[in-house]
Amino acid sequence: MTDMISTKNEAYAPALLDGPTQLIPGELAEPTKKKLGLYFWICAGWILLIILLAVFANLLPLPKPDFQNYAAPQNGAPGWGHILGTDDLNRDILSRLIFGARVSLIVGFGGALIGMILGGIPAMYSAYRRGRVDTTLNTISYAVLAFPALVALIAIGEFWGHQLWKITLVIGVFSAPLIYRVVRASTLSYAARDFVMAAKALGASDRRILGRELLPNIMPTIISFGLIAVATIIVLEGTLAFLGLSVPPPTPSWGNMLNEGAALLSGGKGQTNPWLVIFPAAAMFSLLFTLNVVADKLRAYFDVTEVKL
Amino acid sequence: MGRYIAKRVALLVLIVFFVSVAAFFLVHLLPGNPSVAILGPNDTPQNAAILNHQLGLDKPLYQQYFIWIGHVFQGNLGQSFTTHQTTLSIIEQSFPIDLELIIFSQIMAFALALPMAIKASRRPNRLFDQSANGAAFGMLALPPFVVGPVLVLIFAVHWHIFPGPASYVPLTQDFWSNIHTMLLPSIILALGSFVVYFRLLRNDLIATLQEDFITMARSKGLSDRRIMWRHALRPSSVSLLASAGVTISGLIAGTFVVELLLQLPGLGFQLISAINQDDYTVVQGITLVVAVAVVLINFFFDFLFTVVDPRIARD
Repeated sequence: MTDMISTKNEAYAPALLDGPTQLIPGELAEPTKKKLGLYFWICAGWILLIILLAVFANLLPLPKPDFQNYAAPQNGAPGWGHILGTDDLNRDILSRLIFGARVSLIVGFGGALIGMILGGIPAMYSAYRRGRVDTTLNTISYAVLAFPALVALIAIGEFWGHQLWKITLVIGVFSAPLIYRVVRASTLSYAARDFVMAAKALGASDRRILGRELLPNIMPTIISFGLIAVATIIVLEGTLAFLGLSVPPPTPSWGNMLNEGAALLSGGKGQTNPWLVIFPAAAMFSLLFTLNVVADKLRAYFDVTEVKL
Repeated sequence: MGRYIAKRVALLVLIVFFVSVAAFFLVHLLPGNPSVAILGPNDTPQNAAILNHQLGLDKPLYQQYFIWIGHVFQGNLGQSFTTHQTTLSIIEQSFPIDLELIIFSQIMAFALALPMAIKASRRPNRLFDQSANGAAFGMLALPPFVVGPVLVLIFAVHWHIFPGPASYVPLTQDFWSNIHTMLLPSIILALGSFVVYFRLLRNDLIATLQEDFITMARSKGLSDRRIMWRHALRPSSVSLLASAGVTISGLIAGTFVVELLLQLPGLGFQLISAINQDDYTVVQGITLVVAVAVVLINFFFDFLFTVVDPRIARD
């Protein structure tokens, strides 16, 4: 993962936390009024808007994303008819942006979900049971984390193909060890608490303890870290797409639109199309930024710092 | 300590082995046969059989792996199908570009992050701290493939301050024009590392400055500057080291992006063009070298981290 959290040594996990989940000592002293605030809701609303636009893209009065409108100018500037302009193949940039959001959202949320299933569930179990299972899974997670994910994704994509579901699955698998580390650390901090002991003494089954006692407690961490994972996966997919190694054209994605825009930058006068760089970049920034803000606010709201990852 | 290192080395060997197996299978699991690519129109069944025998492709897979890894240890990574250059010479030519990018960008990132973190942590949650922190938080949402094209658009295409894509000149050929070309990609790369360093140092310094030994140093009448440099900064170097692994992985992705963006013939650029030309031995060679390098660097920083803070080995 490009800049996901690396929790190599649990004792130092807080120092290692890079990115929005970071514990910010200077802010610990802040008054902890439990309120999410307007800023949070604006950012959450923006994410929801992007999701809704992507889901209902077919119903919107937009030209098809691969429709080449020869009546419109090539690399046209924003204006009536094509609100955000056209690209080098006379396609509507707004339509491509909205349809392109699907790729980022599916890979981001789908990959994080796969990572949660493959990493999160074993993590809870191994943190609760410890012993040999824990040691083995730990070693595997370190081994996979040491591997540069981007290089692995490039290599796997090379012989397996670049369909959307394959990219989602592979990114999900590679994000699993990271999610494993975070969820394991979070579960560990609760597994030795008295209420778990009490449940055990009452004769509760392992499944009940994991599902009813531990899961609700680590849920805040899962939600706020999950959103960071979504953002990180979107960056990874975007990087792949920018390198031309994700979902192939003509399917639009923000990454491959930026790739096309960047390729046009080296063209001669009249060939460059600044809008094909500016709009996808702005879209990507807005989604990543709002995801980070929402994750950060949720972390503060749930007070995940208390968990001592 | 000894046991810890032994464990880490064992893990390292295991990972490098898996990396090599993965790189080996990369070529062998590909659809189609290398003979098709090599023979082209002469791809008759007889010719293919002869070639497969010559290439050792008729042997069992595990034997092929050991033959291949034996060649790798001798520095033979195969040769390009398209240009007939050896993979090793391609890597030797392109690696200096990556190295230059990484060194430049890390110097820039550090030169900016250190003074800013010190200034911000002196007065936490005041104007400078809040604006710097806010900016860094925003920059988390600006990965190289987003900010790169925008900066090229502004500084190379619009203002012509830096040369545009495909204007790489080797360092040995023209020193200043090389530096000029490498500045923009280094800045793009530096932004990502700067965010990591700044946030880490700032948070660490704020925490450290609240510790008792700092109060003690203050009460002894030491100057703020001395406290910052001699007492506070040193413990913070541990977490900075620890972040190196994360930063390196990010850098790899970043160098690939800026090399493609500005058409600098570094490892990433060569890898992408080899992929686009289905030049699988080159893809295999570069994948292997980059992956092993990252694993080794990660291991090195992990080790350094243990030396700086021996408490870790005990966990």
